Amino acid sequence: MRCRKCAHPAVIKMPRHNTSLCKTCFTEFVHTQVRRAIKAHRMFTADDRILVAVSGGKDSLTLWAILLKLGYRADALYVDLGIGDYSLRSRQKVQRFTDTVAAACQSTLHVHTVEREQGAGIRELATLVHRPTCATCGTMKRYQFNRVAIEQDYDVMATGHNLDDEAARLLGNVLHWQTDYLDKQSPALPASLGGFAKKVKPLYRLTEREIAAYAVIHNIDYIVEECPMAKGSKLLAYKHALNRLEAESPGTKHTFYLTFLDRQAKKQETNGMIAQRDQERLHPCTTCGQPTSTKVCSYCQMMAKAVGDSQGQ
Amino acid sequence: MKVLVTHPRQEIEVPGPTRVHQLLQRLDLTPEAYLVIRGDELVTEDTVLQDSDSIEIRSVISGG
Repeated sequence: MRCRKCAHPAVIKMPRHNTSLCKTCFTEFVHTQVRRAIKAHRMFTADDRILVAVSGGKDSLTLWAILLKLGYRADALYVDLGIGDYSLRSRQKVQRFTDTVAAACQSTLHVHTVEREQGAGIRELATLVHRPTCATCGTMKRYQFNRVAIEQDYDVMATGHNLDDEAARLLGNVLHWQTDYLDKQSPALPASLGGFAKKVKPLYRLTEREIAAYAVIHNIDYIVEECPMAKGSKLLAYKHALNRLEAESPGTKHTFYLTFLDRQAKKQETNGMIAQRDQERLHPCTTCGQPTSTKVCSYCQMMAKAVGDSQGQ
Repeated sequence: MKVLVTHPRQEIEVPGPTRVHQLLQRLDLTPEAYLVIRGDELVTEDTVLQDSDSIEIRSVISGG
């Protein structure tokens, strides 16, 4: 198979674009998609300080690598969740990337260790608060990433969410008619209130397969195994269903999510609307000061329950 | 050839020569959810894999 652009040997076939590309042309394709995403949603400028949420997986490390390659000022935060060997190995991957790639760009890594700071790993915390581990993990990561972004004066926080993540999440929201969540599916959420960092998803135009291919081609050493806590998750079921549809009809995921974004953009100025709505309903948490719609934010409620339950045992 | 599938993890022997798309079909794997790697190199679906090759079929799906 030959590259459709330059006729060198192809390394990847992309049915959704009806094309095949060699290493060089594929790399340029990926960079172009990221540049388009950044420009289309005014995610950040060359002067902004970016905090990338890294997990050791392909998406976040690839995002960090691409932002550095494109010349952005990107540091990263790793949240060590204390999931046994899995956390140990993922942290090693992040550290190796930091030492070999990021350090050469004067980019730094922040680490938050849940077991040390909160007194228990994420599985123990989930048990204490009687919530699923993935939900507890989500609350923990969102809170810590936002906290570090605000405390360390970053202009924007970037996550490695890709087209598959967003299409699967959209499918889940539509299947359950969770229309309130649809407005928050934008690839860029503004810093709508003091205490909330701006959040962006520069990889939303790329599939998981394309991101993994970029990682392999550029020797980005990421943790291949799945988080043991993710087994049986609904999101994975939606992804498998969408991939079966994609095999029958290439471009399904792309059309599903990007058309949704077009319709949202035509319907309303989503960012302005979110900012206005957040200003109306959010106020500082009485415990930590981060924005919340309740008296005490979900993170502080979770931690208070964990501490109370552990003392009661 | 030796074939390592990363998720669900399994190591199997498959006789070559065979093309990549035939290998995925044989294992009932969706092409959109996997990369096929020979040594350190990605290979496309029309590539002929030989009996002496060592192949990794890497799942690209993640997230909980």
